[in-house]
Amino acid sequence: MATDRNEAWREELRKAKSPKERTAQPRVQMNSLDPKYRARCREEVNQGLTAEQAVAEASRCMDCPNPACMTGCPVSINIPGFIKNIERGEFLQAADVLKETSALPAVCGRVCPQEKQCESQCMYVKMKKEPVAIGYLERFAADYARENGTKKADSNIKKNGIKIAVVGSGPAGLSFAGDMIKKGYDVTVFEALHEIGGVLKYGIPEFRLPNRVVEAEIDNLRDLGVVFIKNCIVGKTITVDELKADGFKGIFVASGAGLPRFMGIEGENLTGIMSSNEYLTRVNLMDAGNPDTDTPVLKGKKVVVVGGGNTAMDSVRTALRMGAERAIIVYRRSEEEMPARIEEVHHAKEEGVEFMTLHNPIQYIGDENGRVTKVRLQKMELGEPDASGRRSPVEIPGAIEEVECDEVIVSIGVSPNPIVPNSVAGLSVSKKGTIEVNEGMQSSIPMLFAGGDIVRGGATVILAMGDGRRAAAAMDEYLKK
Amino acid sequence: MSKIVSKEFFSENVVKLEVEAPLIARSRKAGHFVIVRVDANGERIPLTIADSDTEKGTITLVIQKIGASSTKITNLNVGDELLDVVGPLGKATHIDKFGTVVCSGGGVGVAPLLPIIKAMKAAGNKVISVLAARTKDLVILEEQVREYSDEVVIMTDDGSYGKAGRVTDGIEEIAKREKVDLCVTIGPAIMMKFVSLLTKKYDIPTVASLNTIMVDGTGMCGACRITVGGKTKFVCVDGPEFDAHQVDFDEMLMRLGAYREQEQEAKAKLAK
Repeated sequence: MATDRNEAWREELRKAKSPKERTAQPRVQMNSLDPKYRARCREEVNQGLTAEQAVAEASRCMDCPNPACMTGCPVSINIPGFIKNIERGEFLQAADVLKETSALPAVCGRVCPQEKQCESQCMYVKMKKEPVAIGYLERFAADYARENGTKKADSNIKKNGIKIAVVGSGPAGLSFAGDMIKKGYDVTVFEALHEIGGVLKYGIPEFRLPNRVVEAEIDNLRDLGVVFIKNCIVGKTITVDELKADGFKGIFVASGAGLPRFMGIEGENLTGIMSSNEYLTRVNLMDAGNPDTDTPVLKGKKVVVVGGGNTAMDSVRTALRMGAERAIIVYRRSEEEMPARIEEVHHAKEEGVEFMTLHNPIQYIGDENGRVTKVRLQKMELGEPDASGRRSPVEIPGAIEEVECDEVIVSIGVSPNPIVPNSVAGLSVSKKGTIEVNEGMQSSIPMLFAGGDIVRGGATVILAMGDGRRAAAAMDEYLKK
Repeated sequence: MSKIVSKEFFSENVVKLEVEAPLIARSRKAGHFVIVRVDANGERIPLTIADSDTEKGTITLVIQKIGASSTKITNLNVGDELLDVVGPLGKATHIDKFGTVVCSGGGVGVAPLLPIIKAMKAAGNKVISVLAARTKDLVILEEQVREYSDEVVIMTDDGSYGKAGRVTDGIEEIAKREKVDLCVTIGPAIMMKFVSLLTKKYDIPTVASLNTIMVDGTGMCGACRITVGGKTKFVCVDGPEFDAHQVDFDEMLMRLGAYREQEQEAKAKLAK
């Protein structure tokens, strides 16, 4: 086993360097493209680590007997197990360790908020040092395997002949599909859009997560036998009852975040104002920035993006790449409360994005054609902590500012997609419209499980993947009974 | 992939296509629409389903050349394929026995109106259809509409066929003559706006089927949002049919123009 801590090679590796030597090394810096260059093109910002950098970084890991990092991982990746394989130069084995628990390691290595998860638990943090770059190493191993590994036809899976349906091909659905196909089920994934990948395709931009990386992960699942059906909306094109009648014994609903939220302020329906979902879908899924495609996209010169999450950062950085001269984040709290990954905020700043924190839009003003020209902003200050534990923004009376803009992207979250919840009789749904599930992600209808944003209402790729894993384990138990 | 099994020109710019889509043909109802992507570079465009044949597994779509993708679709021939067809989307029309129902359609709006006319007739309503077009050649589906209507009024702007005048003139004549319990209107936004203003005057409940800009068509993007009764609604999931008297048509007209420049550029490029 490549993950057994007591294997001889691993014990030797631990002895090869003293803890002092290990901790004396500085954390590796990610190689990235020059901000001026990258802000005007679609190329991936982070270029990954070289093998030498990866091995050196891996040697910082102390191979703790009780690795706390693993408790911070929603899919419980054997973190020291893969890192020590990198340290000894067995990169493909490192990737195999990742694949045991994660269907999408090359994706997670790029988009997970590691600083809040695995890396936040690293013992280096307790020593007041920078944690091992677990995310960079994960990406390194997954990329290495994709570029150098030989595809293994997986003949070891013993099929059990039980048909399982997955609704939605985003991170929750893919993670679930990967686990269930390995358990021997016949897995069919139904996707509403014309591309497989969900938010990984329509949402996260090319410069942060290239489509070829997502495609490779999907191909892996296809090679394992997962069947993908595009342009098929469960609840519309076919119903849950029809799936049952077709012999599907279990259904996992991972239909994701549906309706984008707007603020409901004056002028919000002026043209030039859109949701981040619309903007990113046009650019990412429809490739609207490419002159050869038919889908239009507004290429604003002064673009305001409202929100402080990863999607807001993706939108504002996309605006730069679409030719914006000014790209401004407007966020009602301070930078400290921003939910975006630190790296995204850092990258956005490097690329020239302006940050207007403690500002909140209260009105949009348009020209005679109904096109947005200005946004009125209320200045805020921080008050007492609110339900989210973050200090809540409070208006400063009379402190109002106007900013000129010709495009506004509203990125303040999403509500769950109502299609499946509305189409299944007897399904227990919360007031917010999310599907209610138990710890095993099982809904009020025993054969129907759910996970990802349709349950959480708006979360991260890795939490969705964790849901997929848990649902797979629980559905397997349920179907074995 | 959805194969085109028949094609008919209604006019130079309007084409009727019958395409293979067995699952959609089976599950669709009057008022539903599909999203179509013609090829890998195509835009996702919403098209209301005009008819379906469950035995043949086909749906009927009527397409007008507007932008690059719709032009490409109208250029396809029998045997060619549409890359993606997804649906049925939106809420189905509320069909009931209302009494006298005026179904008013302008231009290609008559195509999505046809299944509603059929369903309203089948539900036992007296159906009066008012079809309007600029000129005689642009009146479409007249024969099929007649088959399911108790009365058909045709209005042309230039008087080349039926009566001279607008769709509103035709509706007003009926409203003056008899009690109308419901009006259904489908056509250009500007037409629906004026139908709505007229029926409000006569206190006739009115349903308009809106064709806004969409991307995914499943509620995800919000490109189709409009204001109904002071609240923002998404045409793709809350509609496409709304109480016309509550719709802010001026805002809708403005929003329809959001990408007009880009549309014209793309179409000009395609023509080269």
